[in-house]
Amino acid sequence: MIECKNITKAYKTGSVTATVLKSLSFKINDGEFVAIIGPSGSGKSTLMNILGMLDTPTSGDYFLDGQNVSKYSDDELANIRKKKIGFVFQSFNLLPRTTVLRNVELPLVYADVAKNERTKRAREVLVNAGLTGDYHGHYTNQLSGGQMQRVAIARALVNNPAMILADEPTGNLDTKTGEIVMETFQRLNKEQNHTIILITHERDIAEYADRIITIRDGLIVEDRNNDNKKIGVVGEDDPVLKI
Amino acid sequence: MRISDLLEQTFSSLFANKARSGLTVLGIVIGIGSVIAMVSIGQGTQSSITSSIQSLGSNLIMIQPGFQRGVGTQVRTERGSSQTLTLADAIAIGDTLSGIKAVAPQTQSRSQVTAKGTNTNTQVNGVTADYAEVRNVAVASGDFITEQDNANLAKVAVLGPTTVTDLFGEDSDPIGQTIRVNKLDFKVVGVAAAKGGSGFSNQDDAIYIPLATAQRFITGSVYVNSINVQGVDSKSLDQLQTDITGLLLERHKISDPTLADFQILNQSDIVASASTITNTLTLLLASIAGISLLVGGIGIMNMMLTTVTERTREIGLRKAIGAKKADITMQFLAEAVTLTFVGGVIGVLLGWFASLAVRQFGGIDTQVSLFSVLLAFGVSAVIGIIFGYYPAWRAAKLNPINALRYE
Repeated sequence: MIECKNITKAYKTGSVTATVLKSLSFKINDGEFVAIIGPSGSGKSTLMNILGMLDTPTSGDYFLDGQNVSKYSDDELANIRKKKIGFVFQSFNLLPRTTVLRNVELPLVYADVAKNERTKRAREVLVNAGLTGDYHGHYTNQLSGGQMQRVAIARALVNNPAMILADEPTGNLDTKTGEIVMETFQRLNKEQNHTIILITHERDIAEYADRIITIRDGLIVEDRNNDNKKIGVVGEDDPVLKI
Repeated sequence: MRISDLLEQTFSSLFANKARSGLTVLGIVIGIGSVIAMVSIGQGTQSSITSSIQSLGSNLIMIQPGFQRGVGTQVRTERGSSQTLTLADAIAIGDTLSGIKAVAPQTQSRSQVTAKGTNTNTQVNGVTADYAEVRNVAVASGDFITEQDNANLAKVAVLGPTTVTDLFGEDSDPIGQTIRVNKLDFKVVGVAAAKGGSGFSNQDDAIYIPLATAQRFITGSVYVNSINVQGVDSKSLDQLQTDITGLLLERHKISDPTLADFQILNQSDIVASASTITNTLTLLLASIAGISLLVGGIGIMNMMLTTVTERTREIGLRKAIGAKKADITMQFLAEAVTLTFVGGVIGVLLGWFASLAVRQFGGIDTQVSLFSVLLAFGVSAVIGIIFGYYPAWRAAKLNPINALRYE
């Protein structure tokens, strides 16, 4: 469970202080699929960095599973990221000239998991993310955009994290492929109960989530349940073939 | 993070950029290789100079007459030209002092030496039987001068190999032939083995005749030109030198040591001063090579900095998925150390080959010592750590947010 209390983030440039997040408070329960939406400059990326513990708030408290992590050191934050958070980025951020399997294993390398166990888990999550065994030995630069994002999703899942943070995951994909990726997220949320936090500026994409938090100028302007949510056709065909 | 993962990661990223890694390693190879080669040449020079000094004889002390100074004049003549040492001095040294293995007095003069139809001007040494051992003269064929020859004033001669060639031609056997020195016929009884040049003189261009014969017929005096004393070991040479000085001052009735009419050369002094020179030479060569090692190290740093910049996003990602600062530092440090280590191994081999080549074609008896190999390895590892640390530190302190967005 995530609980944010009066999260404020300010940047100081010389004598000018820019407050990007203005005392945000909200809760996200386990198993929720939340979209955080807002135009560029709204502060949603800063919020995501704080939620993902890549950054710490200037003031306010951030509780992750009851732990207040807002004052942790860099290495302590790294330790928590390693165990509890999976990232999916807009630009995939896969290691080039490295196999799919090796990319997915990477978080487990830092978590000190034994080699055999690593490979087993990586293969499982790759299949779970919709990438069959044929692709596991491929180099990441041989894949299509949709396939790359699936590798990234598998990498985010491999540690069995408390939440998956997806930062504009469809930003570099065409509409059709983007839909398939969103359906994958939906499936992971519905069938396997993963907590998913999605950051986007596209309302279309946000509609896949159960709950939409809208941010503007560092403030939450709307937080609602998404009644008219888009439902993908999950599991109808092998998604790999569609990409 | 496990060691095996670290190694796997290191090799895969170094292999991803084969040309760049190769060229960077080359810088270290040249640096280490030249350190090894240069030090081996320096040490080879040192050992060949030392062995050439040792070829004069081992544990040797040479006593020569001092300056000759006329009464009432300050003009000095050449050192060793005065006549102050006698056979009796030599016998006294041998009889009264301890720590002596053998004493070999000798006369020295240059004479025209003739054989059938040929002649040469060579050094004529009047020697005793002990001379062969004291001055390291081996006999290639025949016999050396004996005590019997000295007692009998025998007119026999042992020729140096160069003199044999000069008088009788290459590959000839002069034993039993007659040579003529100072209008006297000498029978050749032996040929000395080649010793090679030692510094300024060719020890092979000489003939040896009995000391008594030389004193009677060639120099015509009771004086000797030098007394060679062989000590029992190198440690006692300094003490022996002091003892000899005391004895001779007493025998020559000189109370002020600064007015001594003889001089003593101690072989260990010569070796020591030669070593000082060659050590300086080795140091000079090694420091020149060291500069190329430094340049190689800067090459590593340059490459690692480029790599860190290129892989900024990768570093950001690794940090996002849980890599600690230490993990990132280790990763880049491992790459730098691997480069220098590989360069070190190849460099040692290359330096070794270079030193073998110098031995083969350059005539210097080069030696690759374990010490220089260990030194080169140590230095390359230290270079890897020093020059790799800064780029690794830069990588580790990257902010993951900025690194992930880096274009």
